[in-house]
Amino acid sequence: MTDQQQADLLHDEVEAGTTTGLASPSVDVTKERQNSLWSDAWGHLKRNPLFWIGAVLGLVFLLMAIVPQVFARGADPRACNLSNSQQKPSAEHWFGFDQQGCDYLANVVYGARNSLIIGLLAVLVILVLGLLVGAVTGFYGGLLDSLLSRLTDIFYAVPFILGAIVVLRSGFLGRGVAAVAVALAIFGWMTAMRLVRSQVIAVKSSDYVAAARAMGASNGRILIRHILPNAVAPVLVYTTITIGVLIAAEATLTYLGVGLQRPAISWGLQISAGQSLLRTSPHLVLFPSIILTLTVMAFIMMGDALRDALDPRQRA
Amino acid sequence: MTRPDLSKATAPVPADGRPVLEVDDLHVEFRTRSGVVHAVNGVSYSLTQGETLAILGESGSGKSVSAQAIMGILDSPPAVITGGGIWFEGTDLLTQPEEEQRKVRGPGISMIFQDALSSLNPVYSVGFQIGEMFRAHRGMSKKDARKRAIELMDRVRIPAAARRVDDFPHQFSGGMRQRVMIAMAIALDPRILIADEPTTALDVTVQAQVMDLLKDLQAETGMGLILITHDLGVVNEVADNVAVMYAGEIVERGTVDDVFTRPAHPYTDGLMSSVPQVEAKGGRLQPIVGQPPNLARIPSGCPFHPRCSRRRLGAEAAPGRECSTDVPPLRLVVPGREAACHYSEEVLGVRAQ
Repeated sequence: MTDQQQADLLHDEVEAGTTTGLASPSVDVTKERQNSLWSDAWGHLKRNPLFWIGAVLGLVFLLMAIVPQVFARGADPRACNLSNSQQKPSAEHWFGFDQQGCDYLANVVYGARNSLIIGLLAVLVILVLGLLVGAVTGFYGGLLDSLLSRLTDIFYAVPFILGAIVVLRSGFLGRGVAAVAVALAIFGWMTAMRLVRSQVIAVKSSDYVAAARAMGASNGRILIRHILPNAVAPVLVYTTITIGVLIAAEATLTYLGVGLQRPAISWGLQISAGQSLLRTSPHLVLFPSIILTLTVMAFIMMGDALRDALDPRQRA
Repeated sequence: MTRPDLSKATAPVPADGRPVLEVDDLHVEFRTRSGVVHAVNGVSYSLTQGETLAILGESGSGKSVSAQAIMGILDSPPAVITGGGIWFEGTDLLTQPEEEQRKVRGPGISMIFQDALSSLNPVYSVGFQIGEMFRAHRGMSKKDARKRAIELMDRVRIPAAARRVDDFPHQFSGGMRQRVMIAMAIALDPRILIADEPTTALDVTVQAQVMDLLKDLQAETGMGLILITHDLGVVNEVADNVAVMYAGEIVERGTVDDVFTRPAHPYTDGLMSSVPQVEAKGGRLQPIVGQPPNLARIPSGCPFHPRCSRRRLGAEAAPGRECSTDVPPLRLVVPGREAACHYSEEVLGVRAQ
């Protein structure tokens, strides 16, 4: 029997009143495709203003990092004139000048690149380390799990910033952008690892994985369909928020004098230099701080929105 | 249900009445740090097309573990299948490579679980999860799979299936979730459906609806149904045959009517007298005294002997039938009835041959 014939038969039966099912037949395909987790999440994300605010801000800072010339209004951050030292913001120079007489808007704009590179690079290392170690320990368990989990505990025992300070001061990695990113990542991956590990363990032993296996799903399918989506979502959220935290941590390290060094341009360096002049030229601290705060906020807002979107149970 | 199976022709019925599934002397043990737990000790049963076999037993009697062994979803370690065979349509699944076993699950044997909410992945819509069966096993397109998912939801009588297909598991009631599970399980028209306490988590009216649905689906497709439960009422209503399990062994087997009206094993007898009767209002229930055995230390002889009111120890036992030392085999007591008790005839009230 063809599908059409079957549908007709069903229709006739309903007309004749001979079907007794509780539900009326309702086979009408209203949508073309089935929704997957990601398309559902995207549909939800689209309607979240928090996400859009974060995304637009993030995009602005990303563009700022890629093409700072456009945002600097033609000023060169390294073309300084001491006669302009500490001038207040004006219509011509929105952010004023720093102590060396350099255009401050250009300096703040050019600082975005280092901050974003460090934030993204460090988060990438955290994501890779966290997923890898977390998945291995969660999936295989046993001795390997015990060993790696204790190793994680050791890293946990060292405070994040303190660890990074020690690594950077030791001079093994130098003091460049990559060095700061790696130093931050080394002491920041443990939470991601624990998240992945606990999710993998929870999902691995869940009834729906047993049910999927009972219905003939292969290991690969279970990993892709069940373990990964359930394990990745919280980690993705965590890492998005962490980008913001890492950018702030970079500024902290630089401010403390162990992160980037002049002549590198970074928000941490600017805040650090500006603090001694806070009384006379508060704008030197104010502008990089505002931009830094906005950047951190952008990522945290996106992370928040992502968390809401990836958890169907949270949706109204 | 008068509506015919709309999706496809039902599975062909074998001309001979040979069993579709045969479990042969299955042994499963859990090797834990505190010792070896013997969960299943030589269980055998078979199932033919269209038959409903109820496996009855209290918690820890090994009824679920034997089903999990059939489905290959035992957590190993610690679980190890130490012996026996699981024959599905003439091949022993246990000797097959994992890939071959996997192909049987879904289209051949399928299973529904007690807790439908935790058996459904929270991050996918129910339609996606039902459709997954078609995409994974039949390579269907997403569009077709969605259409089939709606058909199946109709078939398990979920109201307004087309509207609810994109809802998530947590948006369904308990009974509806169990229907979603059933829809997934019957998606590929399995020859055998194992239902592991399918109604335990549901309230009584919904229980009846779900059991009716299972019966109707069975009548439509002719699949064999293994019903694992401790609910005597459900067994009485839907099952053809019943196997009573105790301490990882089958202690009595027969048709439901026979076993329920005239038990041949003291344990079954005890189960029957612990059911409240409408007629016996005001009287006291007679529970089975004692605790279920610790499967790490199963009593010697008949595992039920410490709780048995009919046990015969020492001199009062017949030779070779001392309850605390001699293990009673599962034997034919009267035609169509097997029991593992030295004194079944006495329980049954018939004269020993």
